[in-house]
Amino acid sequence: MRKIITSVVIAFAALSAGTAFANTGAVKLMDAGGSYNGPFGRFDRAQLQRGFQIYKEVCSSCHSMNQLHYRNLGDKYGPYYDPKYPNPNDNPVIKAIAKGYTVKDVDASGAPVDRAGIPADRFVAPFASDYDAKQANGGVAPPDLSVITKARHGGANYVYSLLLGYDHTPPHDLVIPDGKSYNPYIAGGIIGMPKQIVDDLVTYADTPENKGIKATADQEAKDIAAFLTWAGDPHQTERKSAGIATLLFLFIMTIFTWMSYQAVWRNVKH
Amino acid sequence: MSDNTTTKDEGLVSRRDALHLATGAVALGGAAMAAWPLIHQMNPSADTLALSSIEFDLTAVPEGSQAKILWRGQPMFIRHRTAAEIAQAKKDDTAKDLKDPETDVKRITQSNGKVGKEEYLIMLAACTHLGCIPVGVNESGYLGEYGGWFCPCHGSQYDTAGRIRKGPAPKNLVIPPYLYTSDTIVKIG
Amino acid sequence: MSGPSKYVPQSGFEKWIDKRLPLVRFAYDTMIDFPTPKNLNYWWTFGAILAIFLGIQIVTGIILVMHYIPATDRAFMSIAHIMRDVNYGWLIRYMHMSGASFFFLAVYMHIFRGLYYGSYKEPREVLWGLGVIIYLLMVMTAFMGYVLPWGQMSFWGATVITNLTSAIPFVGESIHNWLLGGFAVDQPTLNRFLSLHYLLPFVILGVVVLHIWALHVPGNNNPTGVEVKDVEKETLPFHPYYTIKDAFAILVFLMVYFAFVFFAPEALNHPDNYIPANNQVTPAHIVPEWYLLPFYAILRAVDFDIIPGIFTAKLGGVIAMLGAILVWLALPVLDSSKIKSMRYRPLARIFWFIWIANFIFLGICGAMPAQAPWTWLSKIGLIYYFSYFLLILPLVSKFEKPKTPPASIADSIANAPKGEEPNPNIVGVVQN
Repeated sequence: MRKIITSVVIAFAALSAGTAFANTGAVKLMDAGGSYNGPFGRFDRAQLQRGFQIYKEVCSSCHSMNQLHYRNLGDKYGPYYDPKYPNPNDNPVIKAIAKGYTVKDVDASGAPVDRAGIPADRFVAPFASDYDAKQANGGVAPPDLSVITKARHGGANYVYSLLLGYDHTPPHDLVIPDGKSYNPYIAGGIIGMPKQIVDDLVTYADTPENKGIKATADQEAKDIAAFLTWAGDPHQTERKSAGIATLLFLFIMTIFTWMSYQAVWRNVKH
Repeated sequence: MSDNTTTKDEGLVSRRDALHLATGAVALGGAAMAAWPLIHQMNPSADTLALSSIEFDLTAVPEGSQAKILWRGQPMFIRHRTAAEIAQAKKDDTAKDLKDPETDVKRITQSNGKVGKEEYLIMLAACTHLGCIPVGVNESGYLGEYGGWFCPCHGSQYDTAGRIRKGPAPKNLVIPPYLYTSDTIVKIG
Repeated sequence: MSGPSKYVPQSGFEKWIDKRLPLVRFAYDTMIDFPTPKNLNYWWTFGAILAIFLGIQIVTGIILVMHYIPATDRAFMSIAHIMRDVNYGWLIRYMHMSGASFFFLAVYMHIFRGLYYGSYKEPREVLWGLGVIIYLLMVMTAFMGYVLPWGQMSFWGATVITNLTSAIPFVGESIHNWLLGGFAVDQPTLNRFLSLHYLLPFVILGVVVLHIWALHVPGNNNPTGVEVKDVEKETLPFHPYYTIKDAFAILVFLMVYFAFVFFAPEALNHPDNYIPANNQVTPAHIVPEWYLLPFYAILRAVDFDIIPGIFTAKLGGVIAMLGAILVWLALPVLDSSKIKSMRYRPLARIFWFIWIANFIFLGICGAMPAQAPWTWLSKIGLIYYFSYFLLILPLVSKFEKPKTPPASIADSIANAPKGEEPNPNIVGVVQN
């Protein structure tokens, strides 16, 4: 009897789960093939640097990243981490990047001033206000990219697919308004952002790590996806290492406790 | 344990005790490790630490005046001393009323032990008595008998090297760690 | 089962304090000497697991409040600050987030066990009732906690759920505005939700103390549902027997929990909550956290006016949802069987299995968009949910032929057939 019930329950659960999946109707995302996936996956620093380069040269003209500071780029496991400078504020690369931006501030007397950026500054936003951002972009403000890989189903794969998803034919019944594009990966299929990622959009730095890496659209989309994943989850590497240590410890502790438990209950019939 | 435990059982018992002790020890180790994140979270966070060192352009302070800037959330003085003030400070190196004797050279030494620039005196703006901000040049108020700083709270008087000369404060004004990164830029912290 | 205390003060200090404030005696009687049936299985370890999780949530919560800012324009950024800049802030927040999910997972196991083994029956009605109150407080705490990050799901979840109060006839609108401190979810709402989210766990802690007190008067139920007859033969002191067994179960549970904390911390979270709250754009699909989905499905299942204008769909939904939890309080009266454990109730046991499956099924319905077929599937789920309590349990004992429970726990242990001897090793791994 119990077997029958169990199988009914399982069949029922499987059925409902199956229907659930069939119902979502979302387009399957392409795989960004991140080196950072899985418990042992780690970021590739050269890739993060390339991703930042694209953000800096292309994306940042419309998209803010207001949760990031220039110093974050030099954090451990970040794109420009240098063991010589455990405090990223001292890292000359970071200082140079920050210096390239003009930051609005107030001086000691309270008067507004424009000054060169320092590593402790937040990423400078492309628009002064949400209103300006909307005005400049057809009524919709481009989303902030700080946690975009956490704020969308699929994370890095979503970013990768979306950036490359401009060459699909829209369904017949979908009217694409002027100035908008069709992209099957965005909810509703209509996107305000025009196609950005093309071959040779940027010129990658000629470093040993970048040897053999060509600035193809596919590579660029992967690099930006990697950079945004890091930006949204900068402690990922730390978290995974701590996780492995914690689980190992708990496993050993569980074995010890199990042996103690067996010893305590050894002579009890229960 | 019952009274008629045999020797063999006793061996078993002590082995079992060792096992429980080992389990307890592992648990204790785990608890200690788990405690660290819970304690460390109260230490200064990364954004606070990011501002723990600042760079300051000394050309902003004309001779004979002082700048008051914020460093690690507390005010500090950067005083551009005149030649007369420097001479006075050097002369007082041997004064008898120094409560916390330090030479003027010591007062302008960088954190790497090398002597900095004698015209710039860089100090925390907290009176070593109870933490009030002393009054200095280009601020309205009494500067004290020694021409340096005067603390309005309890009347401590500092000389032109920021040394305590009179009043309840026990120590000279504190010199933070700093380094000249160029001729005009100083990195504090 | 709280007989005369067996505690004998040893040292001079213990004797001194025992005459003035017998704290040591209390601790000894409740945590060391407490006689516990020998035959408890792993389903009985969830109580200890829950205690641990209440502790984890309180400790990590107190820490988060040290860094969190309850202001509508800064709350979202203060979460980013915790995740990025605070030392181990990411760990503490992820522990708190996943902690809520695992807290609920454990409480469901605890409740399902109570339903199966009849732990709500005489003499444990008060113990059970206190448990239901704890669960209600947990739901409120979790709901308000979810609002604090001030993401899109926080904001719109708060808007939708607080709107339920306006279903109350005549005074609904006033209560709604009173609850929000305004006409929409805004700064006053966020502030008071933080205050209450911080307060309620301590109320829970208080009720947990009463819950444990109420446990220690009649003592534990057990898988046979037969009360302890011979304390000497049928029980063991809580320490070391159950402290070590609970510790083992806690560790296994913690391994699963930490696997989520470290390797899939966002798996149970909704991506929309990483979009800052925007009162002008509603997310396409509002869903509560997974542990509230079954009740959300019940709420949505009532989509028709019962008496138009008076007993509206909205009010009906609210009543059904609250009733779904409150009906548990009436269980000791509703279940007419004299036999506690479903082990000996072949018919009722089938309905129990279906009820569990139905509960999970309602959870799936709750996650789906409010469209056919999910709307009518939810209705079927709702009907079975309530039928189980209001029809099946009161009536099934009139029809079923129960097996005869063992005369005593000692009998059940002595007569356990070899193959069916409770094997905690294997069962534990599977269940946890």
